[in-house]
Amino acid sequence: MNDPLLDAWGSWLPRLLDGLWLSVQVAGASLILGIPLGLVLALLVSSTRTGVRVPAILLVEIGRGTPALVTLQIVYFGLPSSGLTVGSFTAAVVALALTTGAYTSEILRAGLQAVPHGEIEAASALAMSHRDTLRFIVIPQGVRIAIPALMGFAILIFQATSLAFTIALPELLSQAFSIGSNTFRYLDVLVLAGLLYLIITVPSGWLTSWTERRMARHL
Amino acid sequence: MHYLQVVLVGVPMTLYITVLAFLIGAVLGIPLALGRRSSWAPVRALSRLVIDILRGIPPIVWLFIIFFGIGTDVIRLDPFQASVLGFGLIAAGYLAEIYRGGLLAVHRGQFESAAALGMSRSTVMIRIVGPQAVRVSLPSAATYAIGLLKDSSVAATIGATEIVFRATAESRATGAGLAPFVVAAVVYIVLGTPLAWLSRVADARMRARVAR
Repeated sequence: MNDPLLDAWGSWLPRLLDGLWLSVQVAGASLILGIPLGLVLALLVSSTRTGVRVPAILLVEIGRGTPALVTLQIVYFGLPSSGLTVGSFTAAVVALALTTGAYTSEILRAGLQAVPHGEIEAASALAMSHRDTLRFIVIPQGVRIAIPALMGFAILIFQATSLAFTIALPELLSQAFSIGSNTFRYLDVLVLAGLLYLIITVPSGWLTSWTERRMARHL
Repeated sequence: MHYLQVVLVGVPMTLYITVLAFLIGAVLGIPLALGRRSSWAPVRALSRLVIDILRGIPPIVWLFIIFFGIGTDVIRLDPFQASVLGFGLIAAGYLAEIYRGGLLAVHRGQFESAAALGMSRSTVMIRIVGPQAVRVSLPSAATYAIGLLKDSSVAATIGATEIVFRATAESRATGAGLAPFVVAAVVYIVLGTPLAWLSRVADARMRARVAR
């Protein structure tokens, strides 16, 4: 390797890969916590009781209307003033999980609604309780229908982990920026960071559209 | 109330960035969408590559590449120019895919009957298919515009004096960690609501004028 750019990239890569791994962890934890939250919100929003439905809709709309960056600042800088100090990793996961919950609730609600009504009628004809119908009939099929959209959203959440730069979490962008400020080679290191994001997002995008096509066959 | 006044000062900048970036994206998205449908395979592959790169890198990374990378090494850009350019490019990638979906939704018979009337390919696109595709794309484009409004908050990280920048400055100055950001959240929700409403109305109107 005689090329100065490739040499530099080679020497920066280990630090950037550490950052990438942290980004993946933040995204994974946010999705694991956020998607179940989204399912709960989706069920609450679909409730027939106004007292349950209206607060749930309000919560979802606030969560979707607020930029993830603002949610992150509220969790990291705002919660300490109410006596709850959180580290930057926890803050990033909590903020992105809340955003995930609000967004995926709409995706999952659409999935639940797409379950054919005949299935619910058949369940009630079999004298299944409302709870069992949800648990065994509607939720398993509804979640399956929502999978491609959830995968698309997961890619966006992975990208959103870069916002944690603002709270000094040493994820991929923070690592790249700190290398940039040491070497003053911002363009070179940021382009490499961009490529590392692409290595995750582009194949995930392919996987998403492949899943979408595959599932469309069975409908 | 004091926080609200401070945060509101950032609203015009947020709107400038959102509107200008959306316009750039709406224009640049057209050649990308048409390139995706080109009969020439290299053009198809190139368009797809460009769209994947534009959409696959997080907005904040794009802004850093443009502001710190290109902006310091190649040409000087101020935070506002860098944000508009960055979000404009990203919007082009997303809107190209939205247009493509719109073109796919136009009924095949529209192409066929226009060709049967002796129209050239470009006339078919400009007079017949294009306008219908735009109508179909409108709700998705509006949803994207609302997303762009919120994404534009990222411009604060390179120093564009928009809503979050004002909130952050106020938070640093007063030591209040919560209130300025909560106020910022409320302002974003209030800004996004009329857009959502407008898109629903426009969607209903446009939908009536598309052949199915």
